[in-house]
Amino acid sequence: MYLSKRWLAEFVDLDKINVSDKQYAEDLTISGSKVESFKKEGSELSNIVVGKVESLERHPDSDHLWVCQIDVGAEEKLQIVTGAQNLTAGDIVPVALNKSVVAGGHKITTGKLRGVKSEGMMCSLGELGLTAHDFPYAIEDGIFVLGDDCDKTLGMDIRDAIGLNDIVTEFEITSNRPDCLSVIGLARETAATYKVPLKLHTPEVKPGIEDIKDYLKVDIEAPDKCYRYVGGVVKNVRVKESPRWMRERLRASGVRPINNIVDITNYIMLEYGQPMHAFDLRFLEGNHVIVRNAKKGETITTLDGEERELSEEMLVIADEKKPVAVAGVMGGEYSGIMDDTNTIVFESACFNGPSVRRTAKALGMRTEASGRFEKQLNPDDCDACLLRALELVQMLDAGDVVNGTVDCDKSDKTPVTLPFDPEWTNKFIGINVSADEQKAILERIGFKVENGTIYAPSFRIDIEHQADISEEIARFFGYNNIENHEIHGVAKAGPTDRQKFNRLVENTMLSCGLSEIQTFSFISPKAYDKIDLPKDSKMRNCVVISNPLGEDTSVMRTTAIPSMLEVLRTNFNNRNEKAFLYELATTYTSNGLEELPDENQELVLGMYGKDVDYFALKGVVEELLKVCGIEDYDVEPKKNCPTFHPGRTAKITKDDKSLVLLGEVHPKVLGNYEIETKAYVATINMENLFEIANLTRVYKALPKYPATTRDLAFVCDADLPVLLLEKAIKGACGKILESIQLFDVYQGAQVGENKKSVAFNLKFRSAERTLTDEECNGAVKKAIKAVSDLGAILRS
Amino acid sequence: MKQQLENIRIAAEEALKSASSLQDLDNVRVQYLGKKGELTAVLKQMGGLSAEERPVIGQIANEVREQITAEIEARKAEIQAEEQEKQLQNETIDVTLPGKTEALGHKHPLSIVLDEVKEIFLGMGFDVAEGPEVEWDHYNFEALNIPKDHPARDTQDTFYITENMLLRTQTSPVQIRVMEKKEPPIRIIAPGRVYRSDAVDATHSPLFHQIEGLVVDEGITMGDLKGTLETWARKLYGEDTNIRLRPHHFPFTEPSCEIDISCFKCGGVGCPMCKNEGWIEILGGGMVHPKVLENGGVDPEKYSGFAFGIGLERIVMFRFGLDDMRMLYENDMRFLEQF
Repeated sequence: MYLSKRWLAEFVDLDKINVSDKQYAEDLTISGSKVESFKKEGSELSNIVVGKVESLERHPDSDHLWVCQIDVGAEEKLQIVTGAQNLTAGDIVPVALNKSVVAGGHKITTGKLRGVKSEGMMCSLGELGLTAHDFPYAIEDGIFVLGDDCDKTLGMDIRDAIGLNDIVTEFEITSNRPDCLSVIGLARETAATYKVPLKLHTPEVKPGIEDIKDYLKVDIEAPDKCYRYVGGVVKNVRVKESPRWMRERLRASGVRPINNIVDITNYIMLEYGQPMHAFDLRFLEGNHVIVRNAKKGETITTLDGEERELSEEMLVIADEKKPVAVAGVMGGEYSGIMDDTNTIVFESACFNGPSVRRTAKALGMRTEASGRFEKQLNPDDCDACLLRALELVQMLDAGDVVNGTVDCDKSDKTPVTLPFDPEWTNKFIGINVSADEQKAILERIGFKVENGTIYAPSFRIDIEHQADISEEIARFFGYNNIENHEIHGVAKAGPTDRQKFNRLVENTMLSCGLSEIQTFSFISPKAYDKIDLPKDSKMRNCVVISNPLGEDTSVMRTTAIPSMLEVLRTNFNNRNEKAFLYELATTYTSNGLEELPDENQELVLGMYGKDVDYFALKGVVEELLKVCGIEDYDVEPKKNCPTFHPGRTAKITKDDKSLVLLGEVHPKVLGNYEIETKAYVATINMENLFEIANLTRVYKALPKYPATTRDLAFVCDADLPVLLLEKAIKGACGKILESIQLFDVYQGAQVGENKKSVAFNLKFRSAERTLTDEECNGAVKKAIKAVSDLGAILRS
Repeated sequence: MKQQLENIRIAAEEALKSASSLQDLDNVRVQYLGKKGELTAVLKQMGGLSAEERPVIGQIANEVREQITAEIEARKAEIQAEEQEKQLQNETIDVTLPGKTEALGHKHPLSIVLDEVKEIFLGMGFDVAEGPEVEWDHYNFEALNIPKDHPARDTQDTFYITENMLLRTQTSPVQIRVMEKKEPPIRIIAPGRVYRSDAVDATHSPLFHQIEGLVVDEGITMGDLKGTLETWARKLYGEDTNIRLRPHHFPFTEPSCEIDISCFKCGGVGCPMCKNEGWIEILGGGMVHPKVLENGGVDPEKYSGFAFGIGLERIVMFRFGLDDMRMLYENDMRFLEQF
């Protein structure tokens, strides 16, 4: 909402306020009407004055240039060369002097045009930042010749001469305050902020001609959607331009002046916040306005030339045969003012906000009017607005007003009342403001307080509860004057076990050198093809967004692996030599459309770079499992997961619960992501990890007795998993085996084809005594026996 | 013989002086004190001495032995020190070469700031609550006093799954979920992802993070809201930080406000960071609307509360001087490693 200071001055005595524009912006912001910006019109112009063309002659070296002598009220005349062809001697024009600035920031200086000195420039409308809408009598492609509506004092600053000097303040008005989308609404807030009177105007219509009863009949058939409809009629319409003051105010408010009738409707919309509609009575069949629901299959061609199909829940303004407007949204094709229009109807109506909103949305037509109506306007103002329109018609001599108005009023006149309870407000806000002061604040913004009851003004559609009253008190008392306070009482708070666990997991990742990433939760459904997920995979059953921004962000992910691969790709493309990354991601598993999806956490690791291989990734996973206190888990090769390399992928489980899937990314998948290096990815089920994790730590006494170590090397089939050997040895040696450490795996000629040598370091120890050689040898013997069952032979 | 011993002593002394290594020293020791050494050889001649001379010469010989031994030891210490010095010299390295370490990972900037915020609120007695991101329209809008066809829905362009299921546009639905489960006193923050149908650019993202706050108890006032947020702001931005409230409108709070903090760069005098305003808008909040308390099953006659919402991306961008939100979701290593 743009507010013209000149317009505001009509309702509030600004001399009494006397603050800078900046201070005004701050004060209104703090009292509840947020100012986005403020600016002085024409502020980019400088050094442009009113001048008179004394004489003009042809340029000696040109057949289209003119050399003019200009009087700008100074002793010396100026000589200016122009290419414009619309000047005659005696014209009053804007003159940009030497070292001046015109619209667009262009600087003008004295120079020569084809050898003739030119001491400035005469300006067109465009060079003043204006258009023909602002001065309809001026031509756009020539010099702006000032008319009688301008001050013609020579040498005067052009901005003052043509009224391009208003201060415009831009407000951000929240959706609960449609009353502030108007000059009067903001004037009321201004008056209350500075505790000065609000000067309201009561429209006065002089006696006109004939009787409206002979011209217009109104019926409201849908009182749930139309609360009030007031109509007025103007005959012998004289369409012409509006006076300068009206054009100026419209321009300052960001509305383009069109002609007097259209300008009047816009003027009232800006002044009162009430959208008005004017239409040609000729096209109103039976001179009868019927406000009703649209009929099934009914269509209307709207002002913009589009034919639109209506549905039964939409409200229309109709005559006896057809709809002539979509109520509160847009008029029909014939509702405009035409050259041969003689008699018009002014409509000032109040509709149900949500209904207008639904209709505008369904038709895909959000208009200035619908944007206001949908916030729910005030039916009480409809007649005043109509009278104001008729008053302006008379003032502008835009036609002959027909006596009377038609007022079909179905609105509820019961005001919203609330008990006046100053103590409640004091307690709720944490202030101590007297009852008298609270009453004064409320009265300044149009409330009535009588006998312990507050009557809310009808334009305050947002008032429903004591809390709403408290807000009014608080904002004029000043939010920043409320004393800051610490919450009383003791609160027991702390992270939950799961929150602590997540932090532990994340800290482990960071310690292992992995950096955290954050990626979008929605992905493309094609991502599942890119990671080569089987067509029938349950993971393709995702939550689908019905109105996505685009396909790339249209489904909620069931795994964060695609997101990780995208990030690896980004890093690879950006020529980063390596990437070590993790994401603690939420995944979404659909439960159909009647239940919310399951939201679970997945820890995804991803890496590539020199020296990075499967074991670099597995090392991180092992470290994590260790931190989680998970021991004796199962690791098995996973050959049939198409995202991963069939020979370099493992699944880790514990007690049949799946914990980790890790491996080298399948070259085909890497190709899909255009990652031209090997990459490694792991996905960890956080729910299972948390369930199985054992974070309890119990102190074990440090050993008192020495350990005995033995190194054993076995030869076995090359594809025998080392973990099986390890498990067999552990099982065979029993409790006295303190630890077993793999220290070498060798494949080559010395051990034979398809064989490998695997070497372990075994450490034996007892907590009670020093072990004897015999005991250790016995254990070793059992171990050798146990692995021989797996086909492994002790290497001699 | 006495002269002989004296000669040995002098010769040994000379030899020690020229000895430059432990090996040289050992040679000296063997030459003079060893079993076949010169001193031993002299002593072997003692048998030919008179009874009077023998103890005298014996004593001198002992003195000479002790003297040489002591000198050897002294010289040894010297040589050892020299050799160590030499070794240390040889071991000199270029101390400016880079150190060896397993590089640590880097927390994402969003997490760095979020963790700080969480810690501050934990210290003030706030639990960290959670709620679903795919949410019912009821929790995201209706229960928060935003009925269908309410214009306030315009400011939050929503991704829908079905007519009633959507991606939450704010963390405020957690307010209702917490109130449904827990009796007052309630003191929680609820950080998380929220979604709005905004195309990606430097300052917009269809996915971003909010931190919701909710306090419900008997006698909670707007002064408590101000005090709490001032404490939070001072812990995050320093003790000199001030807050400023501007009236605003949110359907689920009444009164509602937007909250600015004094610019932490210029302290409030005005700079490019705060666009010369001295204040930076950081969050919105207000007193929980009585209808919202009721919708959460809390009696508004008995209890009151305040709520607030902080935009995490915004404070992260201010903290690190980031001017493009997209960097946060691109995850380039060169970016991540800066934090």
